[in-house]
Amino acid sequence: MKTFIAQRAVPALVFLALFAAWEIIVRINAIPPYVLPAPSLIGLTLIEDWETLSLSLWVTLRITALALALATGIGVALAMMFAQWRWLERSFFPIAIILQVTPIIAIAPLLLVYLDSSTAVLVCAFLVAFFPVLANTALGLASADTHLRDLFALYGATRWQEMLLLRAPSALPYFLGGLRIAGGLALIGAIAAEIAAGAAGRGAGLAYRIVEAGYRLNIPRMFAALALISVAGIAIYLLLDILSRLALRRWHNSSQKA
Amino acid sequence: MTTLPLLSLRAVGKTFDNGAIALRDLNLDVREGEFLSLLGPSGCGKSTALRLIAGLATQDRGEIVWREGKRPEIGFVFQDPTLMPWATIFENVWLPLRLRGVSRADATPAILETLERVGLGDFTKAFPRELSGGMKMRVSIARALVLRPALLLMDEPFAALDEITRLKLNRDLLHVQAELGMTVLFVTHSVYESVYLSSRIGVFTQRPGKIGVHLDVAPPGPRDEAFRMSPIYLETCRNASRALEEVMGL
Repeated sequence: MKTFIAQRAVPALVFLALFAAWEIIVRINAIPPYVLPAPSLIGLTLIEDWETLSLSLWVTLRITALALALATGIGVALAMMFAQWRWLERSFFPIAIILQVTPIIAIAPLLLVYLDSSTAVLVCAFLVAFFPVLANTALGLASADTHLRDLFALYGATRWQEMLLLRAPSALPYFLGGLRIAGGLALIGAIAAEIAAGAAGRGAGLAYRIVEAGYRLNIPRMFAALALISVAGIAIYLLLDILSRLALRRWHNSSQKA
Repeated sequence: MTTLPLLSLRAVGKTFDNGAIALRDLNLDVREGEFLSLLGPSGCGKSTALRLIAGLATQDRGEIVWREGKRPEIGFVFQDPTLMPWATIFENVWLPLRLRGVSRADATPAILETLERVGLGDFTKAFPRELSGGMKMRVSIARALVLRPALLLMDEPFAALDEITRLKLNRDLLHVQAELGMTVLFVTHSVYESVYLSSRIGVFTQRPGKIGVHLDVAPPGPRDEAFRMSPIYLETCRNASRALEEVMGL
């Protein structure tokens, strides 16, 4: 009971207190909603505009999920090929790095020239999510215990046996770590691209709603859309965290209770 | 009657890529059924000799001659247990068979029998992290034995274990060898361990490694706690220590 209070109740109370303070400050100072809306007004806006906002949330979530799935599939496949053929890694890893270090917000307007806006948003989200999956999985595949590798060699294991029975399981914790980073980044990539698309007057996602509401000085709606983005990000993180714990629960140190 | 040794290393030399000479002119016969210890200081090339015999590395000079003309089935036990943490004990011991294409069902009798032999029959479903250091080493030995190797190579397998666990494993290892009759080549830096376990000891010189002195450990009688207290044990330990000091130039 004591630990429950310390671990759950206190953080929740602190969180609530912050919102209460915000509400009180807005009311006492009579701050107009177009400067800073109170949390209650943001909540009300969420309910009133739910039809529009939920559609946009769905658009953003769908693109994020699709981008993450693509990043996972392509990232893992590439990492496995890199591990089998070193020349492939030497040739293509630099390209992956270039894509990673170039800010997505600078690439997005260019992609919008060539692609329709939802495809452009998908590509942007994919580009930022793909690198952590690739880099972490490649590192994990190369990190298999050297003595276990000796053992596989001693028993005449084929390359694919080594990949499936040794390298892939060794890489699993690394891959899952990359996936958790990629989940958040996919959302950020999608949002950044939607802002760019929104600036061009095209789009349907949550970030587009923010841009649109900003043009109309509908500040409460901007906050409402922002809150939905945060909640979506937290949900993605929690989901991947649970997945990671389930996958590693029996054997990895990271999933053990102290 | 002299029979051909199981394998012979003839003038074997190995130089690492960084120029360090690990072995120079190593000559060694391993006779069938014996328990041969390679005793020497750390970094003297004993482990390299094992890796060459296992085929995990290739010598630059000399040759390794096998009685059968080719390398027989070999088991290898490393200094650390080297288990796959994501796999159960059963699956870890299955590995050598699995790599040879033996299905789980077909491998099961051999796996259970081998685990029973090392005293881990009840732990098939456990994961390595749930076992103590000594038990993990038993799993590692079971994995090396599951293919019934003609030759078991052990690279300081008990060096990281506490004294009591090590004594127990020493005793059980001799049991298993007596039952299965394989040849054991055992690398260690412990004089007492080598004398207790071996029928013969090769004392390595400082790097570049070769064998400075051969010692026979006399009695073919039972190796038990009484043997540890016997004058012959103590005398052989003394001889081995002296030989070690000699080759080290102390």
